[in-house]
Amino acid sequence: MLDVDISGQVGSLDLEAKFASDGGVTSLFGQSGSGKTSLTNMIAGLITPSSGHIRVNDTTLFDAAGGVNLPVQARRIGHVFQDARLFPHLSVKSNLTYARWAGRRPGSRDLDEVVDLLGLGTLLDRKPETLSGGEKQRVAIGRALLSDPRLLIMDEPLANLDQARRNDILPYLDRLCVEVGIPILYVSHSIEEVARLSNTLVILSEGRTPAFGPVADMLARTDLGRATGRHEAGALIEGKVVQVDDVWGLTLVDIGDAVLQIPDMAAKPGDAVRLRIRARDVSLAAIPPRGLSIRNAFDAKIKSISEETGPYAEILCSVGDQLIRARITRASVADLDLFTGKTVTVLIKSVAIDRRQRGPALPLSTDVPV
Amino acid sequence: MWPIETTDRARVDFFDLQPAEWQALLLTLRVATAALAVALPLAVLTAYLLARYRFPGHGIVNALVHLPLVLPPVVTGYVLLLTFGRKGPVGEFLDNVFGISFAFNWTGAALAAGVMSFPLMVRPIRLSFEAVNPKLEEAAKSLGAHRLVAFLTVTLPLALPGILGGAILGFAKAMGEFGATITFVSNIPGETRTLALALYTATQTPSGDLAAFRLTLIAAFVAFAALIASEVLARRLRARLGGGHA
Repeated sequence: MLDVDISGQVGSLDLEAKFASDGGVTSLFGQSGSGKTSLTNMIAGLITPSSGHIRVNDTTLFDAAGGVNLPVQARRIGHVFQDARLFPHLSVKSNLTYARWAGRRPGSRDLDEVVDLLGLGTLLDRKPETLSGGEKQRVAIGRALLSDPRLLIMDEPLANLDQARRNDILPYLDRLCVEVGIPILYVSHSIEEVARLSNTLVILSEGRTPAFGPVADMLARTDLGRATGRHEAGALIEGKVVQVDDVWGLTLVDIGDAVLQIPDMAAKPGDAVRLRIRARDVSLAAIPPRGLSIRNAFDAKIKSISEETGPYAEILCSVGDQLIRARITRASVADLDLFTGKTVTVLIKSVAIDRRQRGPALPLSTDVPV
Repeated sequence: MWPIETTDRARVDFFDLQPAEWQALLLTLRVATAALAVALPLAVLTAYLLARYRFPGHGIVNALVHLPLVLPPVVTGYVLLLTFGRKGPVGEFLDNVFGISFAFNWTGAALAAGVMSFPLMVRPIRLSFEAVNPKLEEAAKSLGAHRLVAFLTVTLPLALPGILGGAILGFAKAMGEFGATITFVSNIPGETRTLALALYTATQTPSGDLAAFRLTLIAAFVAFAALIASEVLARRLRARLGGGHA
């Protein structure tokens, strides 16, 4: 669906990117200055790479060897820029329909449908300058969607918004990612957004793409600490809500070989949810402990122990076919005599809930103690 | 200003334009309008190129555009005479091939007015293009708009207040142009004698004080009307384009 293998020089950055994705939401994750915007500009056609190719759904947009280089307006890539870039002299409605009247792209998507999807109904007659940052981004997303794109690029659409505005717009992104049915390239330096929204994760570091793959696998890898940032390290677990306990206010989520108890999740039985569990919130016990306040304790098998020289070690444990990361001191590893293949009890202190589903969008990506 | 039936003949006469005055006024408006019609699109194009592109010779083009602003108008008129006059290389070519002549007729006056007002138009238009975020055109292209369409639907409307300002400035300059005009196409009644030239003629005539005063009033009235009209137009534009665009 998305096949990128390009290199080129942008300013002082030597960019060499290679990744592929089966569609859905592909996240381009990297820190500031890692080349995210340069890479998306190459895919969009705003910068010409010096070699390589870019293919989307079997259409070649760029191929240095074959002499193919479609201009921006012919690539049919919906580009949502970090700074929205709405046309200030046009109403929201004229902005939304710009691709139709100026770009001659009738498009298959209905205006009303997009207006409904992004909650733009009350904004149509307004001018961009009267919109809040979050509203601007929603209009920008709608405008890109209505340009009949074969790929939607979202370049850090939430980067310029405060946390409250982000929480306003995230539910719309959830719906978008599930409903639009076109591949999305989502650029971010926030692991929360990436974990919540994406199917495939591409890591970008200093102009290189050291790794890409399914998001859960990528987040479970312990060798990418430098690219992903240590404090954000954590694993992504998929689960299904099996029961909501109203008496104690707990939601029970089945993650395969274990059932987690999570407070205040605002989900209903049957909902598919994503949980991100940070490595620093996970403790390990050599024997099942008793008399603990921590409610989530279950057995798991150690898959790997990172070889590091600092005080900490990253332990990867498997629970069924899912992975959990724990970050404990190397001294504990020695004391508990941990080794690959050993069965330990995993204790989880808190769970960040990254829901990705349609439905009430109440607590989002909030850390809740368990 | 227009003939009014009244018994007080003397007062009406003062406000009743003489044929020569009408002629000078209409000629001035015709010259300035023609100059604006030809020079404004060229000024918009030049301003856009100077604002958006860095090309070899950028500085030279910029200097050439601004030359009539710093040269004595007489010099500009003389250069026009040498180039577009009957004996001038360009003038001779145009006369022979197309039968177009700028020598000593109103089109020559319009050419002089256009050349003199060109830098005054380019400057504010260029500034207003520079104030439009070029990334908006990138966004327009990503939505399928070709370069020209992106320019016409995004950059041009956003620069419109500046273009209007440049046009007003250029029109005013074209109406008042004197030095280059009189040098290039002389001072022929009905052909090249615009208000400014008629005023000059009146000041050179004994007992021409009243005529000069009347011409001054006419010029002031036209200029004032143009300013008011542009102010109203600019206010409407600003309201339509939204704030942040002067």
